[in-house]
Amino acid sequence: MGYSAFKVFWQGLTGNKGWQPAWREPDPRPQYDIIIIGGGGHGLATAYYLAKEFGVRNVAVVEKGWLGSGNIGRNTTIIRANYLLPGNQPFYELSLKLWENLEQDFNYNAMVSQRSILNLIHSDPQRDAFARRANAMRLSGADSELLGPDEIRALCPFLDFDNARFPIQGALRQKRGGTVRHDAVAWGYARGADMHGVDIIQNCEVTGIDITDGVCTGVQTTRGPIRAKKVAMCAAGSSGRVAALADMRLPIESHVLQAFVTEGLKPTLPGVITFGAGHFYVSQSDKGGLVFGGDIDGYNTYAQRGNLPVVEDVCEGGMAIMPMIGRARLLRGWGGVMDMSMDGSPFIDKTGTQGLYVNAGWCYGGFKATPASGYCYAHLLAKDQPHEVATQFRLDRFRRGAPIDEKGVGAQPNLH
Amino acid sequence: MIINHPLLGPRDAAEFVYLGDASLMDRPDGMTASDEEMHDYMYLRDNPAGEHRELWYHEQGDRSWLVVTRNTLTHEITMVELARDVARSRGRSK
Repeated sequence: MGYSAFKVFWQGLTGNKGWQPAWREPDPRPQYDIIIIGGGGHGLATAYYLAKEFGVRNVAVVEKGWLGSGNIGRNTTIIRANYLLPGNQPFYELSLKLWENLEQDFNYNAMVSQRSILNLIHSDPQRDAFARRANAMRLSGADSELLGPDEIRALCPFLDFDNARFPIQGALRQKRGGTVRHDAVAWGYARGADMHGVDIIQNCEVTGIDITDGVCTGVQTTRGPIRAKKVAMCAAGSSGRVAALADMRLPIESHVLQAFVTEGLKPTLPGVITFGAGHFYVSQSDKGGLVFGGDIDGYNTYAQRGNLPVVEDVCEGGMAIMPMIGRARLLRGWGGVMDMSMDGSPFIDKTGTQGLYVNAGWCYGGFKATPASGYCYAHLLAKDQPHEVATQFRLDRFRRGAPIDEKGVGAQPNLH
Repeated sequence: MIINHPLLGPRDAAEFVYLGDASLMDRPDGMTASDEEMHDYMYLRDNPAGEHRELWYHEQGDRSWLVVTRNTLTHEITMVELARDVARSRGRSK
């Protein structure tokens, strides 16, 4: 069933009685071509692109909880392609291009809003670094521009420009960046995949990965064994736990990232704003709440909640650039579990086991990557060759001395 | 979180810096270890859900290294030892 403005109008006139469930709830079949472990944004996007772009429709997505119960519903909904390194930036630019056409592609209103992202500059060396980054972004085909303080004053008069410690001297802006309604991304991909024949099996935890003579043959689940030619791990946050089922150790630690939202306010922020001297980023949701976050808590955890020192640190970051945020009341805060990798960059790769694939290590950049992650993972699963923008997301890159370390801090996951 | 320091008593975790899995204490000898051993030591982690032994550094305090046993599902801390004592108990000289 396609959605359209006419349909919304017609349903409104007829008591909204004609809407159907957006996807089926099938029982698992005994065998599939591909099983995707994890029904979050990336897993559902992978299934969608496998079926739609690569013609592989005998696919199941198995999800331990309910669909989209993980990080796809726990992020700060920001999309952007403002990376520096050649291993990363073309990938995120592909993602941004896919975001731009996503709603037409899967016929679902994901509220993609390209309201721009401003990365504030507070010192001369930072301006140099951001100028370099802006050039790297342009080389990949993305848009970027450097703004001076006067232009930012016109856009965001509420910022603390003349702060004694961190005066605002400019910003790197990407106009095509913005926000997306995160839950709708999961629902849209799920509906799209389902319409192309993918089975989405919820409340079905994978309890074992069957490997015989170095070949992956299927999975054990709480709803019985399912055989498959290929098994695709896609459970960022819990990648370590899933990989342990296949006796694998990953270059990943699980950490918690907290996010917060204030009470609803009238429209006040023109887009996404990030603090350049601390770690703080903020945008305004369509309901009016200021959605913001900062650093990870910094210790291994699988608990979807953090501790108070980081709450204080994030709020201090907010007060440092926009003191007016102190007048808003904090409504909610929550935590999501991140795969923090050893260089801050993700993995989309085969494993040492034939027929077993891994998609993991998204750190706190997984949401913006959802479409490209799904597309490139589907490409790898369907053709056994990496997509051209994801060739460096290899598991063996540390062995080869080829990490993709945007911050250059080395193998210390809580610093990325 | 409160870390019950063996020498100083209960201290706020915010005084500490987190390094990672306590297995980082057992660094292979760089002159004799194979590339594979060094790679696994540097980059691979067990990353368990549940009990986890990990290294914390009391940077805002007495600058001692601690081995903290903490549950990664509940944040409950069940044991705190001086890393020095743990290393000595394994036969290391310091």
